[in-house]
Amino acid sequence: MKTENIKHEENEHSYTGLNSKKLLMWAFLGSDCMFFAALIATYLVNMGNNPPGTPFPEDVFSIPITTVSTFVLLMSSMSMVLSYASLSQNKIKAFRVWLLSTVILGATFVGFQIFEFYEFSHHEVKVECGDLIDASKREKLTDLQVKIGDEKCIEGVKKVSEKVPLTPQVNLFGSTFFTLTGFHGGHVTFGIIWLLSLLIYSFKGNVSPLNLDLAALYWHFVDVVWIVIFTVVYLFGVFPGY
Amino acid sequence: MTTFALPIPKRPTHPTGILNWITTIDHKKIGVLYGVTAFILFLTGGIEALLIRMQLAAPGMDFVSPEIYNQLFTMHGTTMIFLAIMPMGAAFFNYLIPLQIGARDVAFPRLNAFSYWTFLAGAIMLKSSWFLGGAPNAGWFGYAPITEIAYNPGHGIDFWILSLQVLGIASLAAAFNFIVTIINLRAPGMTLMRLPVFTWMTLITSILLVLAFPVITVALIELMFDRFYGMNFFNPVRGGNPVLWQHLFWVFGHPEVYILILPAMGLVSEIIPTFSKKPLFGYPVVIFSGIVIGFMGWMVWSHHMFTVGLGAVANSIFAITTMLIAVPTGVKIFNWIATMWKGSIDFNKTAMLYSIGFIFLFIIGGLSGVMHSSAASDAQQQDTYFIVAHIHYVLFGGAIMALLGGVYFYFPKITGKLMDESLGKINFWLTFIGMNLTFFPMHFSGMDGMPRRIYTYTSEMGWDLWNLISTFGVFIMGAGILIFVLNIVYSYLRGKESGNDPWDARTIEWAIPSPTPEYNFKKIPLIHSVDAFWEFKRNGTPIEPASGASENSEDEKNIHLPQPSYWPMVVSIGIMLAAYGMIFGLPISILGTIIGFIGVYAWSLEPVNEPEQH
Repeated sequence: MKTENIKHEENEHSYTGLNSKKLLMWAFLGSDCMFFAALIATYLVNMGNNPPGTPFPEDVFSIPITTVSTFVLLMSSMSMVLSYASLSQNKIKAFRVWLLSTVILGATFVGFQIFEFYEFSHHEVKVECGDLIDASKREKLTDLQVKIGDEKCIEGVKKVSEKVPLTPQVNLFGSTFFTLTGFHGGHVTFGIIWLLSLLIYSFKGNVSPLNLDLAALYWHFVDVVWIVIFTVVYLFGVFPGY
Repeated sequence: MTTFALPIPKRPTHPTGILNWITTIDHKKIGVLYGVTAFILFLTGGIEALLIRMQLAAPGMDFVSPEIYNQLFTMHGTTMIFLAIMPMGAAFFNYLIPLQIGARDVAFPRLNAFSYWTFLAGAIMLKSSWFLGGAPNAGWFGYAPITEIAYNPGHGIDFWILSLQVLGIASLAAAFNFIVTIINLRAPGMTLMRLPVFTWMTLITSILLVLAFPVITVALIELMFDRFYGMNFFNPVRGGNPVLWQHLFWVFGHPEVYILILPAMGLVSEIIPTFSKKPLFGYPVVIFSGIVIGFMGWMVWSHHMFTVGLGAVANSIFAITTMLIAVPTGVKIFNWIATMWKGSIDFNKTAMLYSIGFIFLFIIGGLSGVMHSSAASDAQQQDTYFIVAHIHYVLFGGAIMALLGGVYFYFPKITGKLMDESLGKINFWLTFIGMNLTFFPMHFSGMDGMPRRIYTYTSEMGWDLWNLISTFGVFIMGAGILIFVLNIVYSYLRGKESGNDPWDARTIEWAIPSPTPEYNFKKIPLIHSVDAFWEFKRNGTPIEPASGASENSEDEKNIHLPQPSYWPMVVSIGIMLAAYGMIFGLPISILGTIIGFIGVYAWSLEPVNEPEQH
């Protein structure tokens, strides 16, 4: 009965045959594309405008860890697809299980991000003093490591370290990085709240495949955006020249 | 029906008085709300302009303090663009689009109400800055780094940032709604190439809004983070890039000028054929020019930045694209002129006078626009009153003239009464003459080197005469606008009955009674051609009800209409509190967020009243 009433509410008549809510979602995603495009453009424009002595991408990023979190987020897209497939076949239990897995995977990704933010804002640069002397090893050190090493390594000291936290205030990389990835994390969090709401609602009423489909569109979009961010911010940041 | 334990109140049934307006989700009432609110805000922006002109009337005046003067011109620009012209366009979108495409309402009626209330929240927020510690003072495009906390420590800029973001939410929600409405809710047979031109222009405007507003939102967020959290986006001391602000602002800002002018062009394209008794000349070409403008509007933004020093290559490219974009605009002008050519033109209708005034003034504004497109020439004109003259010829002479004409044209459809044509003519001529007296001399003062945004000037600069004429003109223009207000009130109370179709018009909104019944069309029509109502009147092609359309009903009592709702306004209040809290303390923000969340959940779980028994 509820769905019947909603039909009158949102005017199901459609000239094109497309569902109006879905069309709305696509229009929103188009808009959101421009949102992230502007943020990523800001990041690219400001790349390399950082004062020396502050952390650069190659100082803080740990590609293996972020690869894992990226993998987790991509897997959440798969469980989202499985959840939608189960719902369309009316397998409510499987739908709930896959929806919950999507939520957990998404939350794991956000957890990774919080961990990363914490790590970056407590970043400590470590240098093996021996590496400074060996030319081939010195080449592989970051500018910041060389700077700190040259300052601090004296005779008899093997290792030196210095706290160089990356905060939104410390340089442009910090400002752009935290803003861009923060907004992406905000998007994921919003998606988690949405999916959880649907999950709770499924115990009280019927979640229509359309309503799940809208959330799924959003979820997949946020994943795709992360692929771009991972490539542009993380990979380009650590492997310049590629 | 599945019910939640959540105590969500029932939807209001048959609310009356103020509750009716608060809970309404009828596109026509929302259109009227938009129109009235925007017009009041237009008057406040006008008062700000009046004070600016008073200050500049003679050299060395001390009518307002320099601090107030900065706030006045910033608020005048921001008000007129975001709180007057855009929502006046939105008023016409709301009222007309469902009528022009043969629909019962927009696709998402509650979202529509939400757009209005959020717009009102943004407007209140921006205007309240006058009373809460000073208005923004960095010009309507707020160039960094003058907006940075170090140079602008007051709350004015914070109000500007936050209220523009709130207004952005409103505009985006409305734009999504109209895109879906126009694509999906057309009556059967209403193909894209049978859409009224105004509907087409609304579609293009909405697409521009959807793509342009996120960019300014990002710029505003970055500026906000700079100010609130000490980040470095536009702070040159720590490597930040103020030119980035200019790019982001104008990537939004240039499509924005087409967002302002395309609805006006759509209205004029409705009015001129009606009063020339001819179909619009080259309908497909007008549509195509609109699309080209919408597309090319994205390739010209740096012409606002010719003096920044982007280099010869960038300047040349943007000069060329700017010259090119004049072509589709010019094409439209020729289409309107060709529509009038050999038509039986009715010069006695104020709406037509405004439309011809629009063409005349927009050509002047367009020509000075082409002059700026040359980077070398623009270097002389940048930041002078010549630019002020240009922007006012296209925005007042263009957008406002067409919108006022649109009010005269559609007032009968909204109220069932005609507006008084003799008052209308006085209104038009005073506005037209006052407008030219105010803004034409600015071409000369600008060419003589008078910079914009200066608080005062000395007599030896030789700008005295031009400024005096400008100030004189603004009073005549103001008198014209007052007569417009008078005419609205008079015609609403005493106007002659208009009947369905007072103008012998062309599109299907004139086929239904005036004022428009709540359900718009008793039967959803089947459309056979462009200008379907005209075809019906001249060639007898009937506008028959579409067969099999489920909304068709013999008995108007059985027409299902969307029901009123409290929640759109609740969500808007939440957003407003959240924004105010950014300035006045986190607890208010948290409260706003909670209210917003409650509103969103109640909105999506809100029950629908059972259809009533009659």
